[in-house]
Amino acid sequence: MLGAEGRQWLIQISYLVTAFLFIMGLKRMSSPVTARSGIVWAGAGMLVATLFTFLFPGLGNFAWLLPAIIAGTALAWWSGKRVAMTDMPQMIALYNGFGGGAAAAIAAVELYRGEQMTPTMSTLAVVGALIGAVSFSGSLIAFGKLQGLIKRSFRFGGQNIANLLVIAATVTVGVFIASGWHADPFHVTLFFVLALLFGVLMTLPIGGADMPVVISMYNAFTGLAVAFEGFVMQNAAMIIAGTVVGSAGTLLTQLMARAMNRSLGNVLFSGFGDTGGAAAAGAVSGSMKPIEAADVGVMMAFAQKVIVVPGYGMAVAQAQHKVWELCQLLLDRGVMVRFAIHPVAGRMPGHMNVLLAEAGVPYDLIADLDEINAEFETADVALIIGANDVVNPVARNDKSSPIYGMPILNADKAKNVIVIKRGQGAGFSGIENALFYLDNTRMLYGDGQAAASQLIQAVKAA
Amino acid sequence: MTAIVAITGIVALYIFMLAAFAGYEVIAKVPVILHTPLMSGSNFVHGIVLVGAMVALGGAHTTLEKVIGSVGVFMAAGNAAGGYVVTERMLEMFKSSGAKRKPGGH
Repeated sequence: MLGAEGRQWLIQISYLVTAFLFIMGLKRMSSPVTARSGIVWAGAGMLVATLFTFLFPGLGNFAWLLPAIIAGTALAWWSGKRVAMTDMPQMIALYNGFGGGAAAAIAAVELYRGEQMTPTMSTLAVVGALIGAVSFSGSLIAFGKLQGLIKRSFRFGGQNIANLLVIAATVTVGVFIASGWHADPFHVTLFFVLALLFGVLMTLPIGGADMPVVISMYNAFTGLAVAFEGFVMQNAAMIIAGTVVGSAGTLLTQLMARAMNRSLGNVLFSGFGDTGGAAAAGAVSGSMKPIEAADVGVMMAFAQKVIVVPGYGMAVAQAQHKVWELCQLLLDRGVMVRFAIHPVAGRMPGHMNVLLAEAGVPYDLIADLDEINAEFETADVALIIGANDVVNPVARNDKSSPIYGMPILNADKAKNVIVIKRGQGAGFSGIENALFYLDNTRMLYGDGQAAASQLIQAVKAA
Repeated sequence: MTAIVAITGIVALYIFMLAAFAGYEVIAKVPVILHTPLMSGSNFVHGIVLVGAMVALGGAHTTLEKVIGSVGVFMAAGNAAGGYVVTERMLEMFKSSGAKRKPGGH
């Protein structure tokens, strides 16, 4: 057997390997060609670090350790295998909350033990605990909201001030602990209760539409909490992986917020995400003109180029398989078909791509906003299915609209616009869609899946 | 718990800074289509908190410490395992039209 020092070196080297595998894995995950192998690289890194950590000198409590690892792994593995692709965002929130909770738990063990730490270390432990705990309770609320367990957004007057008071109290108690002045179990408990409460209060008022940005932010939070606790535990793997996720997650959050034309402050403090009908903008003139599936089928079958604009409504109706079947028919007839994906189509950026990939759509038929917007002018048909706000031209030309300035897909520039829609209601944001009233727009009313089936028949008949 | 390499002071700040740059650079060029899988992938990566939770529990003395430590290890393992499975499932589906199509994944 190796001595304690030899084992320490082995662990350090294994963590170096892990850090390398993590960064390479993330790098590979940022290109569609290598993405699949990226998660395998990162997974190998996790395995290496976990196995070598068992060599940690003086590691005990195996009767507690092994059941906890096995139970956590088994439960998450089982749930992760079962979750539907449409529910992916809330599952990510849940697992992320677990990570934040684990970071907070590490800090709790250290703080309850009450050993003398240097001021720097105790400060890092407390800050990490705060961020981790907020990420934990906040992520659970985000999960509850997206899963439909929490239906309402809780708002009351002076909410921001109440939140400010809670965070101020949390930080005050945190300072008591970090300074060693009141590092007793009572204050540690109070600190965690306040931090968890703050996570709940901060997340409750945020609407469903903004949740992806919030989840991404909590993802960065957890990374940072892990890094801080890594400094406390002198654990290089935690420091590096946590910091990488902290910065990558922050950038990802900014990219998402920008894609939605919201600032992070706006998301956190205004609660626009589900204003319902309250934000209805100026009235739109004209009328919606219906069309029959058979006519759309002919129109598409003899088109040269069709651009499909899918939205979350398509995924909810589980219509993506039918839509792809329809597109395959068109492709077989020599029609050029592209899918245009708005950055916030689906529940979070890139979510729609995952849903289309699940249906079997190859990723090279899918184009993002910058790529496709110039192509609408040459398209014979733009087929809008389940999308609404992301194709609303008022974002381009109505300064009074709440979504003014949001980048949109220029579907209105296509020669014909077909909108598959269940009823005549407004979009997720409650804003009237001017696209539906244009001269070149026709409405095909019906459930997404049923409408797609009808179109398949119509194209076959054409 | 004496570590053989102390990551403190200015060395700690250097590591923090360089790792932050690495994270930023890795994400900076990512296409929008991979945002969700990548968020999920980075969610998996901070599951590394498991090794810290293991050490915290492995050195716990009182029952309270053991209970909190176990909860930490349980959640960390959940973060790592769940993060891996959902990321793998999402990335599994990314194929180009050149690749052979399997019937829709279920």
